[in-house]
Amino acid sequence: MNHAAAPNDTLVRIRGLTFNRGSRVIFDGVDIDIPRGGVTAIMGPSGTGKTTLLKLIGGQLRPDAGTIEVDGLNVHELSTRELYELRMRMGMLFQTGALLTDLSVFDNVAYPLREHTRLNASMIRKLVLMKLEAVGLRGARRLMPGELSGGMARRVAMARAIALDPMMIMYDEPFTGQDPISMGVLVQLIRRLNDAAGVSSIVVSHDVQETLSIADLVYVISGGKVIESGAPDQLRSSEGASTRQFIGGLPDGPVPFHYPSAGLTADLFGDGA
Amino acid sequence: MIRQLAALGRSGLAFSARLGRANLLMLGMLAGVPAMLRRPRLLLEQLFSVGVLTVLIIAVSGVFVGMVLGLQGYYILSRFGAEATLGVMVAASLVRELGPVVTALLFAGRAGSALSAEIGLMKSTEQLSGLEMMAVNPQHRVLTPRLIAGILSMPLLAAMFSMLGVYGGWFVGVGLLGVDDGTYWAQMQSQIDWNEDILNGVIKSVVFGVVCTWIAIFQGYDCVPTSEGVSRATTRTVVHSSLAVLGLDFVLTALMFN
Ligand SMILES: Nc1ncnc2c1ncn2[C@@H]1O[C@H](COP(=O)(O)OP(=O)(O)OP(=O)(O)O)[C@@H](O)[C@H]1O
Ligand SMILES: [Mg+2]
Repeated sequence: MNHAAAPNDTLVRIRGLTFNRGSRVIFDGVDIDIPRGGVTAIMGPSGTGKTTLLKLIGGQLRPDAGTIEVDGLNVHELSTRELYELRMRMGMLFQTGALLTDLSVFDNVAYPLREHTRLNASMIRKLVLMKLEAVGLRGARRLMPGELSGGMARRVAMARAIALDPMMIMYDEPFTGQDPISMGVLVQLIRRLNDAAGVSSIVVSHDVQETLSIADLVYVISGGKVIESGAPDQLRSSEGASTRQFIGGLPDGPVPFHYPSAGLTADLFGDGA
Repeated sequence: MIRQLAALGRSGLAFSARLGRANLLMLGMLAGVPAMLRRPRLLLEQLFSVGVLTVLIIAVSGVFVGMVLGLQGYYILSRFGAEATLGVMVAASLVRELGPVVTALLFAGRAGSALSAEIGLMKSTEQLSGLEMMAVNPQHRVLTPRLIAGILSMPLLAAMFSMLGVYGGWFVGVGLLGVDDGTYWAQMQSQIDWNEDILNGVIKSVVFGVVCTWIAIFQGYDCVPTSEGVSRATTRTVVHSSLAVLGLDFVLTALMFN
């Protein structure tokens, strides 16, 4: 657990996070620090709870134990009003897109602006078109979500997530379903948004190479624990067997990642963290 | 034996928990009323999809129910030589009973099931979560306008049902069976009481409006967010609403007759 940023540079501080789904333990005492102004990647096999982690940070789920602080505020002790104010400063790209199906692409991106700002129509139009331009879908603004492909829907959702220029953006699998060209554009977009406006980004992804190429800090989660963390280069040269497997491009291959057993988890610990 | 008791206890607990969630949801939705009043467009849109789209089925059913009442009523009343009171009979049965009840049953089938399915799908496609993360309260934004639209629509739909039913009865009685036109209306006017008949009917349909819409919204909002969960929620909406309407109708009628 090197690379932990100095306290005042930490935007999200997670301590002793424990979370269960029924009898299943999803997180078991996880500590994570997300530095301000950087791109932090969360990686791990399918079903380890990466989406769950983002929902915990966003205050949609309550942890069974442990604390999550965002910008110095304990997310789960805020009043509803304070939580909503905090969420206005967070953008989240849902894994499924979560576009409102009865609104057009344009209206979806305009939604948070209309909801939370008093900008006039022509200003909103300009902003929306700029955000759509950034994800390459300005021409698709009249389409309905049902008329979009999966990859396009995700890019629209991304435009919506950045509409309010939040201080922190959480991307859940931004690259899934993208062709190589839009993948490259999205990678650059995430990096550019991050650097231009001093935004902090959390990227959850299986796409190892793309993610390592933009991340400043990487956490690998498996079996309810952080098994490895550090800069991308450190991970590339990691000795941990599972980390090597994961980084080596077999994210969905090895059984241990899919069905972590008690013995193996202990094993992973010895190596990684 | 112990296992059966435990199962009974568990389902009792689950039921209480559901009831509690339904009540919390109602409070949450009511808290959204002031915000909704600031955006009347949301309500208008829902009045259209909940109310206006239900008009056709209500209108057609109203006419036919009224025509059947006209036929049956004439058949019985003419035995006593009381065809002149046909108008009263048709109007009273519609305004007091059939209008509110049949409208509520049709409403549950047409609008209630659609509400549940729509909200359930919004939940299972994470649209509701998405709103939450955009700092928009989905209860206020999505559910409150639907609730209010349902409550406002039901009495209007029931009134329309009754009115068209009266015309249906008139068409059969006066048009086909030869009851005197003037008598049909005059008897109705003199015998139907504002408080006793009409107001009580309106109270019923307001109560049914609250109950049916509440059930529909709750089932959608509380469903298991999968295709199967949504389809079960839709079915449950129709079943629960129908049972609630028929049960409450008895209770309300008993209370009103005292
Ligand atoms: N609503 C739910 N009820 C019960 N269990 C759930 C629920 N949502 C998720 N889970 C469980 O929690 C675990 C973590 O889910 P999560 O969606 O966070 O995984 P993930 O890491 O995002 O996976 P992926 O990479 O496939 O998106 C999964 O094993 C899943 O079975
Ligand atoms: Mg996920």
